[in-house]
Amino acid sequence: MKALLVGEYRDGKLLDSTYELFGFAAKLGAETAMLLVGRESELPSYGGTLYLADAGKVGEYNPELHKKLVLAAVEREKPDYIVFLHSSYGWDLAPRVAASLKVAQLSEVISIAEGGFELPACSQKMRRTVKPASAVVVLTLQGGAFPGLKPGGTPQLQQIDAEMTGGVTFMGYEAAEAKGVDLAKAEVIVSAGRGIGKMENIPVIAALAKALHAEMGASRPVVDSGWIEHGHQVGTTGQTVSPKLYIACGISGAIQHLAGMKKSGFIVAINKDKDAPIGEVADVLVVADVMQFVPTLTAKLAK
Amino acid sequence: MKILVCIKQVPDMESRFRPDSAGVWYAETDLAFRLNEYDEFAVEQAVRLKEQLGGEPELTVLSIGPDRVVEAMKKALAMGCDRGVHVQDTSAHLKDPFQIASIIAAYAKGEQFDLIFTGLQSVDRGSAQVGVATAEILNFACASTIIKFEYADGVATVKRELEGGVKGVVQLKTPALVTCQLGLNVPRYPTLPNIMKAKKKEIVVVPVADLLHEEPLAQTSSFYAPAKKGTGIVLEGDVADQAEKLIAILKEKTAVLR
Repeated sequence: MKALLVGEYRDGKLLDSTYELFGFAAKLGAETAMLLVGRESELPSYGGTLYLADAGKVGEYNPELHKKLVLAAVEREKPDYIVFLHSSYGWDLAPRVAASLKVAQLSEVISIAEGGFELPACSQKMRRTVKPASAVVVLTLQGGAFPGLKPGGTPQLQQIDAEMTGGVTFMGYEAAEAKGVDLAKAEVIVSAGRGIGKMENIPVIAALAKALHAEMGASRPVVDSGWIEHGHQVGTTGQTVSPKLYIACGISGAIQHLAGMKKSGFIVAINKDKDAPIGEVADVLVVADVMQFVPTLTAKLAK
Repeated sequence: MKILVCIKQVPDMESRFRPDSAGVWYAETDLAFRLNEYDEFAVEQAVRLKEQLGGEPELTVLSIGPDRVVEAMKKALAMGCDRGVHVQDTSAHLKDPFQIASIIAAYAKGEQFDLIFTGLQSVDRGSAQVGVATAEILNFACASTIIKFEYADGVATVKRELEGGVKGVVQLKTPALVTCQLGLNVPRYPTLPNIMKAKKKEIVVVPVADLLHEEPLAQTSSFYAPAKKGTGIVLEGDVADQAEKLIAILKEKTAVLR
């Protein structure tokens, strides 16, 4: 059994998450080969076959061309699995490869199951096991689902190239907005989620934060709705935090949010939905209407 | 100019999900259905483009599923789409993403669309494959996860959302397909006059057998709730009581409360 692993570079740097692909391949018990569109001066610690295309020449985002490179490596390696991360790069490229080859793709794999793979469903509230029916299978792995593994060694490089085509032109990156609040240093964070209902309720959460001498955090939908500035956003597209105490108010627990806060020392979640995914990481789950519970808690803390 | 928006009707994610009798998807009893959130951004962006171009483009909204999906299509029509195509399929939930993409592509092939808008993913299936795979089959230029969209003279300039707040700026020559992410826009609420107008808009019904020519490449073998890790304390009941218990726990377990 062989797996072709497709890792990622961002702005010339190999992303650390690339090593999660090796962690997965080890669990699967597969031989590996890797494909990277990157640079020779920044190679992974890996002794196997590495198909390398020069990102300086072909660009880090050029999906038509990257697809052709993957297909060329597939032609040479004849893998059983083609494995990506379930990231902005992987979920963009993997379906192109799967559709070109007309093979199954399973998205956001969280574990290897009997005869198939386990995937999330219903916004992480449920699970399903999926069995691929094609000879070759494309997989994208949920970030953090498989531990990173550094195989060690120096890659055996195979240069790879493809003709430029397609109607997509990458114009460049735009840096993240400056952080207004450095949540990484906060000892206590009180975060607001969509469950607070409306912008007018932000002060209720802010009052709890004040009572606990905490910084305010927020989930993505709250920021996107303009209820609070982006600088407060916790999660993969915001800040990654690990305070001593994290209180999630009306946050259901999308995977992107959990990735940004699950390393907190102690997690309290307040949610009216007992089955919300935030309950998976919470040390205490308060099943209540957040707008009833939070003012009561704040009042009791003030005493 | 012709624009297609692909939408899905999905259950409210705050619902309790139970496996259906076959054990491969959720049972629909007691579920309230709505327009998939990401698809709402797709509809809104398409309507904004139509407005930008003085109302000239024809906006078609397509949905695959049983008769209940017409409700979601009516919302899209009330938001500003011109006509609907309902691909009637009572077993859409058993099809894999490639089959769904091939159905959309089979419909789109004869129609010469310039632009296709889809959501990034559905909130129930969450494969994030259908839009990109549709573009691949149709040989359309494609960008996923867009949070900004501008269009002029056959070129769409979009921002893709990457990790850590970084964005990638990409230009697409039409024909093109984009998948829409949270943050792209704030979808409008349909007004009452527009809801009334939408009732008169045409919805064409196409049996799925007319468009589906692919066998499944993957099948769900079981659908279940995740095993509870069960390490957390769950506080239920009276709010004042919950608050006191929580304070006691925080005093005991964290150094934060003195």
